[in-house]
Amino acid sequence: MNKIKTKFKKPKVIIMSGYGLNCEEETKFAFESVGGVAEIVHINDLIAKPKMLSEFQILAFPGGFSYGDDTGSGKAYANKMKNHLSKELEEFLSRDTLMIGICNGFQILTSLGILPGALTYNKNGKYIDRWVDLKVDGKSPWLSGIKNISLPIAHGEGRYIIDAKKYKEMSKKKEIAFTYTKGDICKYQNLEKNPNGAMYDIAGVLGYNGRVLGMMPHPERAMFFHHSPLWQNKKINGEKREEGDGILLFKNAINYFR
Amino acid sequence: MISRIYVIPKIKESHTGLFLKSWNSLISGKIKAISIIDSYLIDGDISVDQVLESAKILTNPILENFSINEIVSCVNVFDYAIEIGYLPGVTDNVGNTAKETLTDFLHLEKNSNLKVYSSKIFLVSGKVKLDDARKISLSLHNPLIERGSVLCFKEVKKERGLSLKVPEVVLEKRTPVSIVSLNVSDEELIRIGKEGIKDDRGVRRGPLALDLISMKVIQEYFNKLGRDPKDIELEALAQTWSEHCKHTIFANPIDTIKDGLYKTYIKGATNLIRKNKGDKDFCVSVFSDNSGGIIFDDDFLITHKVETHNSPSALDPFGGAITGIVGVNRDTIGFGLGAKPVANAYGFCFGNPEDERALYRDKEKKQKMFPPKRIMEGVIKGVNVGGNCSGIPTVSGFVKYDDRFRGKPLVFVGTVGLIPKKINGKPSHEKQAQVGDYIVVVGGRVGADGIHGATFSSVTMDSSSPATAVQIGDPITQKKLSDAIVKEARMMDLYSSITDNGAGGISCSIAEMAKECGGAEVDLEKVPLKYPGLQPWQIWISESQERMTLSVPKKKWEVFKKLMDSRGVEATVVGEFTNSGKCIVKYGGKIIMNIDLEFLHEGLPERPLESKFIENNFPEPKISKGTRTKILEELISNKNISGFSFISEQYDHEVQASSVLKPLSGRGRINTDAQVFRPVFSSKKGVILSSSLYPSYGDISTYHMAASALDTAVRNVIVSGGTLSELAILDNFCWCSSYDKNRLYELIEAVKACFDYSVGYGTPLISGKDSMFNDFRGFDEKGNPVAISIPPTLLISTIGVIPDFNKVVSPEFKNAGDFVYLLGETNNELGAGEYYKLLSYKNKNDAIGNNVPKVNLEKNLKTYLVLEEVIKKELINSSISITSGGFAVALAKASIGGMLGCQVSIKDIPGEILNEDQALFSESQGRILVSVAPKNVSKFEKIIKEIPNKKIGQVSKNSKLIVTDLKDKKIIDTNVNKLHTIYHSFSNKMK
Repeated sequence: MNKIKTKFKKPKVIIMSGYGLNCEEETKFAFESVGGVAEIVHINDLIAKPKMLSEFQILAFPGGFSYGDDTGSGKAYANKMKNHLSKELEEFLSRDTLMIGICNGFQILTSLGILPGALTYNKNGKYIDRWVDLKVDGKSPWLSGIKNISLPIAHGEGRYIIDAKKYKEMSKKKEIAFTYTKGDICKYQNLEKNPNGAMYDIAGVLGYNGRVLGMMPHPERAMFFHHSPLWQNKKINGEKREEGDGILLFKNAINYFR
Repeated sequence: MISRIYVIPKIKESHTGLFLKSWNSLISGKIKAISIIDSYLIDGDISVDQVLESAKILTNPILENFSINEIVSCVNVFDYAIEIGYLPGVTDNVGNTAKETLTDFLHLEKNSNLKVYSSKIFLVSGKVKLDDARKISLSLHNPLIERGSVLCFKEVKKERGLSLKVPEVVLEKRTPVSIVSLNVSDEELIRIGKEGIKDDRGVRRGPLALDLISMKVIQEYFNKLGRDPKDIELEALAQTWSEHCKHTIFANPIDTIKDGLYKTYIKGATNLIRKNKGDKDFCVSVFSDNSGGIIFDDDFLITHKVETHNSPSALDPFGGAITGIVGVNRDTIGFGLGAKPVANAYGFCFGNPEDERALYRDKEKKQKMFPPKRIMEGVIKGVNVGGNCSGIPTVSGFVKYDDRFRGKPLVFVGTVGLIPKKINGKPSHEKQAQVGDYIVVVGGRVGADGIHGATFSSVTMDSSSPATAVQIGDPITQKKLSDAIVKEARMMDLYSSITDNGAGGISCSIAEMAKECGGAEVDLEKVPLKYPGLQPWQIWISESQERMTLSVPKKKWEVFKKLMDSRGVEATVVGEFTNSGKCIVKYGGKIIMNIDLEFLHEGLPERPLESKFIENNFPEPKISKGTRTKILEELISNKNISGFSFISEQYDHEVQASSVLKPLSGRGRINTDAQVFRPVFSSKKGVILSSSLYPSYGDISTYHMAASALDTAVRNVIVSGGTLSELAILDNFCWCSSYDKNRLYELIEAVKACFDYSVGYGTPLISGKDSMFNDFRGFDEKGNPVAISIPPTLLISTIGVIPDFNKVVSPEFKNAGDFVYLLGETNNELGAGEYYKLLSYKNKNDAIGNNVPKVNLEKNLKTYLVLEEVIKKELINSSISITSGGFAVALAKASIGGMLGCQVSIKDIPGEILNEDQALFSESQGRILVSVAPKNVSKFEKIIKEIPNKKIGQVSKNSKLIVTDLKDKKIIDTNVNKLHTIYHSFSNKMK
């Protein structure tokens, strides 16, 4: 595959919206703050003009509550994509592009079959918003240079399910993006590492040689320093910066096309 | 053809454990296993193959299997199958989504006759009896909106599955419009007003909440017109004139207050404050719109509105709460030309969750009320689903408990909005429907749900409370609508005015907008319905959710309609705005309503109110001697003080990536009193929210209750980094028996305090809402009459703009070695505080004392300004407001938050105290506990020397929390780890 050379152009990011997806604006801001040109596109507008997908290098399914999780999280939105945009998605993936699904976006990617496994109800049956610590296990342009990272989660169906055989295969191919681990935040607030009972502590997975990343945690909600629960402590002890760790993923994606 | 698709979990569903635990405590038998199956009843002209294809796409093959019309062979043997679905006509969100998916997938016409009804089937096995299964079914559904059926294995096996009967709405044919004769006896007028119009079967339709005086005015109006009113006209007047819409208690003259409480004291305060502020006035739109709006920066306004949804939440806790939160979101979307919701707030007042005493609405004990725990769980979940699904961070909230909330809970819901100051070159907060504009309704369809909501919440709840008053919210329908309006149509300049459909439905929204141009003419047949058979008056006043009314210029209609279609939002022209001076409604080509706007809006007769002085006296409690460690620990375990992370962490407070000061803070995750977020990424400015209420203080004095709530809500903001100069206030009065003269006296007192202190702090009131009849009348387990009224409650919410979010200070201790200071004066003010309430609860008496906290405006104002300065100069490391439970509780919370101990002394603290208890637990207002790094001490002390203050000790390296008394003896000696466990124990139990 030849890398698309964008000598003079910033990479173009398409961020899907509609039917209850709701993190498109902050995801757009994150991509643009590190040098991308991002456009929020309603799924019905893409269905009306499917060819426009070929103009983009990065496709993002942001977080949200598409169709209110009715009939199963991500299912209805994925069905709509499948019904109308299968060919275009295939074409997009055949190019040297990047794709990310965050939270509900990850659920959409597994429902589409672009990423393996499935996501179901958290082990305690409840929606949960908290921070988690992640260990990077996978190999991907999205993750270069990142070993450990802390990000927030907010979901009711984040328990990742995968069969043992597939898991082994993915591990070998470095397709397990992150696993939940006991790091800074868990130690700080005395929290259990795996908040939803995900199998093998999996928080995110990869496909297509690492070009496609699906993850339950929200990097865009950790793009500023003040997002971190450790911010107040670090601030008064002299650490002052603007950016949070979550922005690294977006930087990596944009840098891939430099 | 009707088919049933079963979607059956393949893997062990982890969340079934939750049910297992709660059911086994409910029943006499024992459940060993539960399986939860999703069922879709599909009715339409589709082939067997198409049903099979449908089943496939409704199933995730990794997680689930499917089966069609047959269940027995796909599951293990079970004892009972319990099916929970919706009653006919109740919004079925899952069914609607499934229908949309199938329509798209099978390439059906949008208006095909396909119908999908969803339900959940719980298969239980173990040692379960029929009676147990029935109990479980009752715990799973609310008979007002849902149906539950129980079948044993044999019955299911015989049919190979569950019934194929669909829960379709079948409405009897009725005379569409009837004429109501008002030339009848006064008794009959009273009955019509109280119980409603008689329909053609002779059954009363439900409360109009119109009293005799109003009925007489209406009678006179129609006599002048020379005709009797049609039913829809009477229903429309009842909606518009309801206490819920007209706020008659606040509007009418009372005693010598000729202009009424609202104009004199609430609006009066704001007008005075704005005048005093001169060119520093930041109010833009107050009291006139769906929310109040203030300046955020040069480019944006922020808006805020707090609503109550008490009555619906009592009957249907989940539905009441979700429609509450999603409804108040529409007050944001309906501000000016449409603001974007950027934060949600909530506040709950429940009865004691351990209280299992039964209450019935009727003497025959057929209409059972939900116990406090069920109400609590349903309400919490309602705001969870409403807020989370809408992508709006739920950042701010509280929960309080008092026995007197078991008849009716209080459910406060609020939404903050963001809107550019100017849209297409015009001020965004101004809007005006133009003569000739189409009246356009967008969003959800109309059904019989939510009829008489406005009139129902204006009266006491009893057996006549209508079941149709409850609705189910659909946050996704609204999210689509909100995005299409606020993110697209607004910038395209496609409409001239917009408002929310809340209480009274389109009868209120259209009549309200008609004021902007002088008239409206509506064709009711055009209103899209959920199902056929609704009568015109029902369509007119239905409060079916997720609808907004817009006025769209004719030449823009085509573009508007196309945009809405492409966003999956239904938009329909239902009429036209006119300048006829009248509100005219047609149905079947005939005029069925023709009322002068003037009469509709201003015809409600003035009704002077009178109040009567009341003073309450309570015994002083007996105080024991000895150490106070145990008392502190008991206070920390008190649900009104302890943490509620089980709520905070199930509400998404980080969506929109704006969070700065979160609901939970520090190592020990304490609940914060104020929260900060950053709605505009390019700006350093933040928005801060807080709120406060002290219902128990009202037992002694509602004046001081209101003053304390206002002072605390203001203080909480300053403590975290807000400023008085950019701070606004919202009031929510929840009263009881409001025609009782003593209650009115208490109301006047509270309102006067709002005036005095908001003017004193220069913090304008920008929006408010009242709910004046929070009374329950019913029967107990033995059939004896019971009346439960809430304690008069005033919630004060605050919203402020923070110049630089980087300077925000969180409440928990940060570093060992930091010095701890107490700012403000501590006085003998334990009356009706948490400590005395604890004693009165333990001693089973009413000795809550009489020394309720009194707010010293002048001193506190000085303290707050000094605090602003030290925060601006970044001289303090933590700062916590002293509120319920007093100084000792604040100290414990700061320690738990930081998981750091401290050693402090109460010797020589400022104020007039007589003993240790007053120092530790008095709830004197205006006090703050701060910690300061050693390097900042001298700078800090220089600034605070002009206010009462005392350096009381230090944050320690170890985990011991020690307080020494006037004689340097340890009066509290405990451990932060222990306190942390106690602080979180109730919350952990609720997880």
